[in-house]
Amino acid sequence: MKYMLMMHTPSGGPYQIASWPREDFTRHIDFMKSFAGKIKASGEFVAAEGLAGPDLAKRVRAGKDGKPITDGVFPETKEFLAGYWIVDVDSPERAYELAAQASAAPGRGGVPLNLAIEVRQVMSVPPRDD
Amino acid sequence: MTVEPDRIQHLLRELAPQVLGSLVRRFPDFAASEDAIQEALLAAAMQWQQGIPENPRGWLIQVAVRRMTDRIRADAARRHREELVVSLAPPDEQLALAAGLESEMSRDDSLDLLFLCCHPALSPSSAVALTLRAVGGLTTAEIARAYLVPEATMAQRISRAKQTVRDAGATFTMPAADEFRARLGTVIQVLYLIFNEGYAVSGGPELTRTDLSSEAMRLTRMLHRLLPEEAEVEGLLALMLLTDARRAARTGEAGELIPLDQQDRSRWNREEIAEGVTLVTSALARGAVGPFQLQAAIAAVHDEAPDVTKTDWPQILELYGLLLRIEDNPMVALNRAVAFAMVHGPVAGLARLEALEADPRLLRHHRLDAVRAHLLERAGDREGAIKHYRLAADRTASIAERVYLLTQAARLSEID
Repeated sequence: MKYMLMMHTPSGGPYQIASWPREDFTRHIDFMKSFAGKIKASGEFVAAEGLAGPDLAKRVRAGKDGKPITDGVFPETKEFLAGYWIVDVDSPERAYELAAQASAAPGRGGVPLNLAIEVRQVMSVPPRDD
Repeated sequence: MTVEPDRIQHLLRELAPQVLGSLVRRFPDFAASEDAIQEALLAAAMQWQQGIPENPRGWLIQVAVRRMTDRIRADAARRHREELVVSLAPPDEQLALAAGLESEMSRDDSLDLLFLCCHPALSPSSAVALTLRAVGGLTTAEIARAYLVPEATMAQRISRAKQTVRDAGATFTMPAADEFRARLGTVIQVLYLIFNEGYAVSGGPELTRTDLSSEAMRLTRMLHRLLPEEAEVEGLLALMLLTDARRAARTGEAGELIPLDQQDRSRWNREEIAEGVTLVTSALARGAVGPFQLQAAIAAVHDEAPDVTKTDWPQILELYGLLLRIEDNPMVALNRAVAFAMVHGPVAGLARLEALEADPRLLRHHRLDAVRAHLLERAGDREGAIKHYRLAADRTASIAERVYLLTQAARLSEID
């Protein structure tokens, strides 16, 4: 079964990681690389992307003529989707375990960020019908 | 005269697990044996177009053994081979294996290979991947496509599975008698998982996925041929046929889900039903009743009924009762409540659901809400039915099912 692990980050303008000391920043990036490597090695990786910061975010809806109406940037938003992983695992518990690992990514001074990771099941197909 | 490539491909798929089995028995290095087989299969695909050899299996074994021998002789591979071979089989056994090539030629090792690939040390998804690769002969790319994961992920899963089997000290021999039953149970579960994954996908753009149901049925047929006396294997094959028979009627033109009671039964596959009924009858007569035989028997009762009202619901209720006694499964209990409602009416069925609600395994489970919605509708409680159809829709992880449930809620909301 597939799950999307969505990492939310506190917002307030650009990603706060940008203002971290180099050492902390590097440690964080290394952790993320090694996490991606782990789920690839375990044969559970489906997809993963990091998203550009709220500074580049726009909200779009269609106007009456169907043309796009854009809104944003959103410096006031409380939190923002920073990126996601899609994993293919044997149980929901395994998805939660992976999410907890990602949540413990090191922040300033190497202290775990413990960011909230939202775990959502990717919809699939129904089973037998009797 | 040249031979049709399709005929060669078909023959090679049949022979691949047997040949791999022979090779793994002789050289217990799974990965290297597989490489050698791949080369032999490639050679066969090219050369057999001029004519298929008299003993195709012997031909493949000869070529693969030659490849393996070359590989073992190569200095670069020596250390690798020693580690692997020594770790898996003692030297005297190695010598004995090497001497027995002639007898191996006539032996079908597919069964041993299947048991190895469904080793209990493997997680379900790893066993599935390894079985499809080694026994089914599908390419890693095909398996990855079928499970909608990147090819690299599937390659990694298969390679880890081989490693796990090796680390578990698995030997290429059939398990001892006392262990055999449990191990066969794992094999059956793996084949059933493959079938279900394929059956769930039966319409729309996903048709391009490798047909896992057919593959599972092919492998189960093979297992049944090798173990004709095993009632649960026979039951599993029957269940697959009796379920697959409804495939064409199960989805509408837009890929929407059509539930059993509304399917156009003229579109059910009569040949598959006939074969499935014969198999399940034969299995039940063996006297070792198991869950797959009972599920097949239930499917057979549905398949033989001209419509939902003429279905023999008392018999289905009875069969679910037996099934529940064998395995304590809340989904079985839920299905039994549905059958109970068909026999004793929706209000009696709803009372049964009350009892099931206490089961923590059904907490927030969409099936419980879906069944409740259906029974409430039949009992004339429209508001309650709408509420529970919507709840079920919120809780399912299947898109087709969500569409179906929301359609039911919308249909009831429109009635004045």
